[in-house]
Amino acid sequence: MRVDYVTGNTAIALGSIAAGLRFYAGYPITPTSDIFEFLARELPKRGGYVVQFEDEIASINAAIGASWACAKSMTATSGPGFSLMVEALSLAVITETPVVVVYVMRTGPSTGVPTRSGQYDVLQATYGFHGGLVVPVLAPATPQEAFDLTVRAFNVSEKLRTPVVLLSDATIAHTYGRVVVREPGEVEVVERAKPSVPPEKYRPYDPGEGLVPPMACFGEGYNVLVESLTHDERGYYAPRSDVQRRLMWRLYRKIVESAPELFDYGAAYLDGCDVALVSYGSTSLSTLVAAKILRSEGYRACSIRLRTLFPVYEEGIRRLLNGVGKVFVVENNVGLYYRELRGVLRGSEVVSVPIIDLDLPQPREVVEVVKQWL
Amino acid sequence: MAVAHPLDRYLRTDRLPTMWCPGCGLGILLGCILRALDRRIREGSLRRENVGFAGGIGCSARMTLYPYFDSAHVIHGRAIPFALGVKIVKPEMKMIVVGGDGDIAAIGGNHILHAIRRNADLVVIMANNMIYGMTGGQQAPTTPRGLYTTTTPYGNPEREINIVKLAAALGANYVARGSVTHTPLLEQMIYKALGKRGLAFVEVLSTCPELFGRHIGFRSPVDLYSELRKRVVVKTRPSVEESDYSWERGFVIGEFVDRDEPGFIEVLQEYTSRARGGAG
Repeated sequence: MRVDYVTGNTAIALGSIAAGLRFYAGYPITPTSDIFEFLARELPKRGGYVVQFEDEIASINAAIGASWACAKSMTATSGPGFSLMVEALSLAVITETPVVVVYVMRTGPSTGVPTRSGQYDVLQATYGFHGGLVVPVLAPATPQEAFDLTVRAFNVSEKLRTPVVLLSDATIAHTYGRVVVREPGEVEVVERAKPSVPPEKYRPYDPGEGLVPPMACFGEGYNVLVESLTHDERGYYAPRSDVQRRLMWRLYRKIVESAPELFDYGAAYLDGCDVALVSYGSTSLSTLVAAKILRSEGYRACSIRLRTLFPVYEEGIRRLLNGVGKVFVVENNVGLYYRELRGVLRGSEVVSVPIIDLDLPQPREVVEVVKQWL
Repeated sequence: MAVAHPLDRYLRTDRLPTMWCPGCGLGILLGCILRALDRRIREGSLRRENVGFAGGIGCSARMTLYPYFDSAHVIHGRAIPFALGVKIVKPEMKMIVVGGDGDIAAIGGNHILHAIRRNADLVVIMANNMIYGMTGGQQAPTTPRGLYTTTTPYGNPEREINIVKLAAALGANYVARGSVTHTPLLEQMIYKALGKRGLAFVEVLSTCPELFGRHIGFRSPVDLYSELRKRVVVKTRPSVEESDYSWERGFVIGEFVDRDEPGFIEVLQEYTSRARGGAG
């Protein structure tokens, strides 16, 4: 363990090493390339592989392949690259492949302002792929959180056999901060469950008593089947409603029922809070200051930053905001995550505070907008 | 356990019969792949648990459903990067990518191009039936110019892609074209491909009687098979220039390239060991 002063991107790279990353597949894109470059230098020293592929499609598919060869795998990208990756994310969902996708958001749509920030892709991160299921999305706001949540992203992906999106943005990517860096062996690391039956009895999609099947890898003699088609517990294509129902509900439940365990947030000034400023990612740095200003002006304001965006833990969020008079959802987009919270907090007054800024919404501007509603 | 067929031990027999139409050439190709693997496994040059299959989408890619090995049936065009991901972290694996001409030469075109450039240690078997079979007989990049397909009802105006030439130009270690009409030769090519380091590419001319043959006037699978057989010319060490094909000129099959440059995996490992301060 040591204390370092690094950017959010470097913190992600360090976190992935601590979590046991063995294979990084990447394609250059602003503002993520320094994650790639850092790992290209450091990971081979620890016996891992870093390979640049021909595009983001190849990168995510290679990461999925490497995961089926038992290597913890990761790729990192931004909006245009993530848009290319979503078909393979769907593959990772149905084949239950642990893989971590770092999504460093930048200004969009399309090429937008590649070097600047925004939170336009918060819904795409979980809803972007076809099939209508949920991918866990973790959102750091500081370099320290970037490190910690990267480790967590790997652990969640291994435990639930799912892709996990670590959602950062260009501001966090390039902001330096103090980070307690832990080495492999100094953090809690979760490994995927391995089959306890001999190969001839192994069924790759049989969850047994739980919801997550043990996972054998290529080259272990288990005659593994990776199947993108709707499949039964053996991995055999089964175009039948009963099989589709069983598969869909299990894939849905294993994520959604983990919501309480995955729920994570940071809060300030929570005591007696009547005006809650809810945000995530880099914007929560602005809302923290905004809440402080509002407090100094006599409002009972608090700031809450969500570190787990999906699955949405509805009960947890309701409990957290119980008794708060007004909830303001502050984000650097047209008001996207607000839609999620509005549904969860039916009956409460929920106000969207969408402030589009190429960097951070300024705390003053947040305060001005919020005060119009008070 | 009694077996009905000597290759049954390499098949998920509970999944048979295959989903292929009667008269399809793909069963012949699967037989050749399994016999070539059987020879390698029996002679001890391949371990069964180190053989893995990967396929994208299409009738040919569905071949990955039947062999009793580690197998991946992934998304359209992306079997090559999946297989390379496996191979990089488990170099002892012999990864066999099977796909159709649409899967590998069209949607997967960027991946085959760069896999060849890397001389990536994969065996890529591209079944070329000159049509999109699974989706109903649409034009493929391999469809010979002039022929009817359901999306080129006035004749295909495009030139045929020749991956043999691409593979030769970009430096694959082994480039061959076989045909389901000439099975001992095809089996030998696959056997040889399985023993190569670097990228081994085998294009396999195959028959789709239902959605290619029938549409161009061959009423039965035998008619199409016989017609293809007539148009195939077997050559010993043909030149790469001879690999261009058309329906009228016919199809030269044989081994176009056979060399032994270091493959991507061993170079990557050598460079990685430099980072660890090792030799190399």
